[in-house]
Amino acid sequence: MAPAHAVPLNWYLILSAILFCLGIAGFLYRRSIITVFMSIELMLNAVNLTFITFSYHWKQVDGHIFSFFVMVVAAAEAAVGLAIILTIFKNRKSLEIDEISSMKY
Amino acid sequence: MNLWLIPILPFAGFLINGLAGRRMPKAFINAVAIGSVLLSFAWVLKTLLAAGSLEQPLAEHYFTWIQSGPIHIGCDFAVDRLTAVMLLIVTGVGSLIHIYAIGYMEHEGGYYRFFSYMNLFMFFMLTLVLASNYLLMFVGWEGVGLCSYLLIGFYFTENFATTAGNKAFIVNRIGDFGFSLGMFLIFRQFGSFDFGQVFNAAASMPKEVGYGILTTICLLLLVGACGKSAQIPLYVWLPDAMAGPTPVSALIHAATMVTAGVYMVVRSHVLFVHAPIAMDWVAGIGLATAFFAATIGMTQFDIKKVFAYSTVSQLGYMFLGAGVGAFSAGIWHIMTHAFFKALLFLGAGAVIHGLHGEQDLRQMGGLWKHMKVTAITLLCASVAISGFPFTSGFFSKDAILSAAYERAPWIYWVGVGTAGLTAFYVFRAWFMAFTGKYRGDKHPHESPLIMTGPLMVLAALSLFGGFINIPRWLEPMFPEHGGENPVLVWTSAGVGMLGIFLAWVFYVRAPELPGKFASALGGLYRLVLNKYRIDELYNFLIVRPLVGGSRAILWRGMDAAVIDGAVNQVGARSRGVGAVLKLAQSGYIRSYAAWIVFGSVLLLLAVGLGGAR
Repeated sequence: MAPAHAVPLNWYLILSAILFCLGIAGFLYRRSIITVFMSIELMLNAVNLTFITFSYHWKQVDGHIFSFFVMVVAAAEAAVGLAIILTIFKNRKSLEIDEISSMKY
Repeated sequence: MNLWLIPILPFAGFLINGLAGRRMPKAFINAVAIGSVLLSFAWVLKTLLAAGSLEQPLAEHYFTWIQSGPIHIGCDFAVDRLTAVMLLIVTGVGSLIHIYAIGYMEHEGGYYRFFSYMNLFMFFMLTLVLASNYLLMFVGWEGVGLCSYLLIGFYFTENFATTAGNKAFIVNRIGDFGFSLGMFLIFRQFGSFDFGQVFNAAASMPKEVGYGILTTICLLLLVGACGKSAQIPLYVWLPDAMAGPTPVSALIHAATMVTAGVYMVVRSHVLFVHAPIAMDWVAGIGLATAFFAATIGMTQFDIKKVFAYSTVSQLGYMFLGAGVGAFSAGIWHIMTHAFFKALLFLGAGAVIHGLHGEQDLRQMGGLWKHMKVTAITLLCASVAISGFPFTSGFFSKDAILSAAYERAPWIYWVGVGTAGLTAFYVFRAWFMAFTGKYRGDKHPHESPLIMTGPLMVLAALSLFGGFINIPRWLEPMFPEHGGENPVLVWTSAGVGMLGIFLAWVFYVRAPELPGKFASALGGLYRLVLNKYRIDELYNFLIVRPLVGGSRAILWRGMDAAVIDGAVNQVGARSRGVGAVLKLAQSGYIRSYAAWIVFGSVLLLLAVGLGGAR
């Protein structure tokens, strides 16, 4: 069990939820692709926080391992995503996300 | 005895000519086509000589064709006295016609095709007469129908030829439908298709008084026979079948295939004897057809059409013979008819050949000077078909008429009247073609020996073939009737000669008479000239409702509306749904994200409210 003076579990989860909602909001409301991209990172890390919290709470290592996986994926995604963003900017001289809407019916 | 060689030889000829004939010279095609039929003829002769009197049928079993539960059908051939006669007619007359065709088809395209079809026809016809069960017979039956269709439509670039071929095929389907139903009933009743088993079982049954199972079977078989042998009401295809080359008309539509119906009735005589009502139907249809077709024959101007109606009429005689119980007389008439009718057609072919394709009797006349051999041989055939004393037709026709007299005198008198009509129309054609002045504008010439040779052989057979006493040969199978009544015989011969005399008066002595008669009779003449408008009647009653109904109900109603409609509707509805759904694919990433959030929230709510546990 967690020590009595420790920060309660709920606080971590609430913080994590706040961070995740900020990520969603950023994804939905910001127009710059870079910012959208950063919002994705924020959401991923919010989830990481949850993993770590539960890992600490239950004294089990699974959550740590999973958060490492998420970081690896995030790094790979960052590499690919930034490359895509660069290419888009080269071609369109713009990073307005609503202008990149040619993939439709 | 290797009976299988008899049909297989022409089949081999068909394969060789059909597959390789296109690249081969004519001499090769001739050798294969005529050689195979001649070898087959020789094998028939050898078999029959070795078999002797054929008191017992010569049966051969080759393999089990169909084995399924209680059904056991073998590929069996058998030769009895009846088959022997048919084999000789088919291969003998067939050989002569094949030889003749070399000359006739000389300048025609599709030479190899013609002879391969002819050989295929021989194969199926021989299978038909050799088969010793109904199913194998049906194979031959359908096969000859196929070859008939192929050869009627031989000039397939001409519209009338293909139409005539279709007509023959479709009308025969009606008959075959009856034949099939008859076979099914035979199997249901006797549990077998084998001739021996069926007839043994039927022989022990009592004669039926009313419309029982045997009568039903026989009437259905009669429908099949009417289709194949061109009897009322299914005779309409035969006159049109003359669109084929003349040797085809001689071989298939006069001498052999069209007699298959008569052969089938005679072969099934055990069934028919036990069904007197069906016998009356056979006789009635035969008599009506004989008379009716003879009247049409009197008015036609196409020389082949005259002989075509004559064939229908003579086939009616054969049915009449079978119907009054004189089966052997019917077969006798098949044989003599094969001689003189094949000769009439081949002679007509020689005339047409000599006139470069002219078939209209009004464009002939005076050909005696130009083609003496053809004229004399055709004269032989004409006297034979008219029943002139001691020619072949005299014997066989009088055997039928005598038997008819025993059945009922009025049948005899109608038959005699028809004999007079027969003599009249045949000699009308002969006089119009060979006497008087030439009315056409071609340059008539005699045919080469390869054509006149078969004519001379057939002329001899027409004159003297009647001395081959078929009824005596067939006596073990069909007990002969009482003695001949000389008064009846000479009456019918006299009426025949009266017909010849009238034809002479009308077309030689006083050529203006026919026109006067035609105008005096007016409407009646035009009715007969137009073949009683039977074709128009069938068109109106059957063809047009069928075509119209198919068009309105089957095509527009069923095919276009229901089937196509269902398929098209499925497609159109899918597109409609897709047109709405595709709007979700906006291309805006943020809109997709909003949907994902919306969905996630919904899912969380559902799990939370529903209670995950």
